[in-house]
Amino acid sequence: MFRFTLRRILQIIPTVVVVALLIFVIFSVVPGTFAASLFADGKRAADPQMIARLNEEFGLNKPLMERFVAYVTDLAQFDLGTSFRTRQPVFDLINDRMWASLKLAIVAMVFALAVGVPLGFLAAMRPGSVLDTVTMIGAVSGLSMPQFWLGLLAMYLFALQLNWLPSFGYGNGSFQNLILPAVTLGVTPLALLARTTRAGVLDVLNADFIRTAHSKGMSEIKVVRWHVARNALVLIVTTVGLQFGSLIGQAVVIEKLFAWPGIGSLLVDSVAIRDIPVVQGTILVIVLWFLVINTAVDLIYAAIDPRIKQE
Amino acid sequence: MTAPLLDIKDLQLGVALGQSIHPLLKSVSFQIMPGEAYGLVGESGSGKSVTSLAVMGLLKKPLAVSSGKILFKGQDLLALPKREMRRLRGNRVAMIFQEPMTALNPLSTVGRQIAEMFVLHQGKSWREAKKLAVEALSNVRVPNPDRRAKSYPHQMSGGLRQRVMIAMALACNPDLLIADEPTTALDVTVQAEVLRLIKELCAERGTAVLFISHDLGVIASICQRVGVMYAGCLVEENETRALFDTPRHDYTRGLLGALPRLGSRSQHGRQRLVDIDSIIADRSKLTDTRFIAPRGTEGSQP
Repeated sequence: MFRFTLRRILQIIPTVVVVALLIFVIFSVVPGTFAASLFADGKRAADPQMIARLNEEFGLNKPLMERFVAYVTDLAQFDLGTSFRTRQPVFDLINDRMWASLKLAIVAMVFALAVGVPLGFLAAMRPGSVLDTVTMIGAVSGLSMPQFWLGLLAMYLFALQLNWLPSFGYGNGSFQNLILPAVTLGVTPLALLARTTRAGVLDVLNADFIRTAHSKGMSEIKVVRWHVARNALVLIVTTVGLQFGSLIGQAVVIEKLFAWPGIGSLLVDSVAIRDIPVVQGTILVIVLWFLVINTAVDLIYAAIDPRIKQE
Repeated sequence: MTAPLLDIKDLQLGVALGQSIHPLLKSVSFQIMPGEAYGLVGESGSGKSVTSLAVMGLLKKPLAVSSGKILFKGQDLLALPKREMRRLRGNRVAMIFQEPMTALNPLSTVGRQIAEMFVLHQGKSWREAKKLAVEALSNVRVPNPDRRAKSYPHQMSGGLRQRVMIAMALACNPDLLIADEPTTALDVTVQAEVLRLIKELCAERGTAVLFISHDLGVIASICQRVGVMYAGCLVEENETRALFDTPRHDYTRGLLGALPRLGSRSQHGRQRLVDIDSIIADRSKLTDTRFIAPRGTEGSQP
């Protein structure tokens, strides 16, 4: 198990390197520069001298190879560069936003897990029942509804009409401010988890070894506890892993809607004005988050299923 | 005469379609004496497995028993409350399935899976149960039972897994062991070992066996009496020897004709195996027990 864990963790490194290079290549070929985008609002005429000066200041007029070497050298020292817009270190900008993002994603996921998995389980135990039908209709609706609309609805109902919760803002990290955005963000993974849990449990229930379990004279509860739960967990863990990773990126809409100071909106804003160092740094952090989650999922798999470690 | 251990009386079951039940088994009756090995043969779909599942009370919807009785030690299993049935299942009547590859939970050790029997039916603690599981494994002659108890099913061969199944089934010394094609998925040499194991262990413990197979050779090597099933009916029943010597029903003759024999040759110098023509007949069109006629085999009259 130790070697398996170590190998999985070490596998993160080459992936990060490849992704970092890819990001650099992509953002050196996208059209537009920070300097040009400053004048893109049309209020001021683009001053060629000004543009030239800015480009020189940020080193954008140097040859690509030279910039590349500088980027890699900095990255190797964990230096993500300096923002064009705010002139702050990118690391600080991300550090300011990342924890709000993580908090949002984790609470959203906990909510999705706590509601989605039990619902899917119960639905699978009694397929065709009222609970099953209602859950599945709910799940499909949850997957189909746009998050911004759901968020607006939640905002209108719980903040404006009932006045239970603040409608937006970080509120210095109070839990009340977290509820609405987290629940809204959690709806999609919740619906997906309910569906995959149901499918996974149904699959396991039809397996031969469940018939064996029944033939031993077990009660239904024991069959579920001893044989169904662990087997169904494999599929659930996969879904959680995939969703958890993409939650950070998906959160952009929610962050904008609820004025949540997360990493997603930082990324989108920076792309708009071609603040390349921030874009590169943010994407790298999101990718790293993905990799960490994936590695965690792999390790959990191995802990659940003895067949995986052997490969 | 001693009382039969298992007495199936006029068992009828079928697929429930709305209110009506589309029949699959029409009035099957047979008895198994304590310690006796009884074979059920028949082609796929003839109702062998369904009969055994009915005895275990493991029929899944939409399958349902429509009438008849399954008396086990004089007690009607069909009328038994669920809880009582659970206490019997695995404990007094145990079952081995055809597919040893999928019949075990891939995520827990075989030792734990055997131990469950002792926890369920004998109220043992897990610790004691695991020790008993090792013992059960050595009873089915698994080498290194200590180590094997800690292995997972995927680390074992088909033959070993079937031994684990046997150890599990016989864990609580049941009165009746139902073996539903336990050797079909195994290769021939392993098949012989597993058969011998079932035969010896059951003889030692006086466990009655209901052995289901489509292989007459396998049945002959293990059972004292045989019942032949065809299209949901028990068409013939006899002592194993007598059945082989003087098959009475057309279908039985067809089955025996399909069996390759060493040394028998026809005039062309090569033996031609008789096949039973076409697929299984539609039950709703069959009216009496001469119903093999529409399929027309060499065994039936020309």
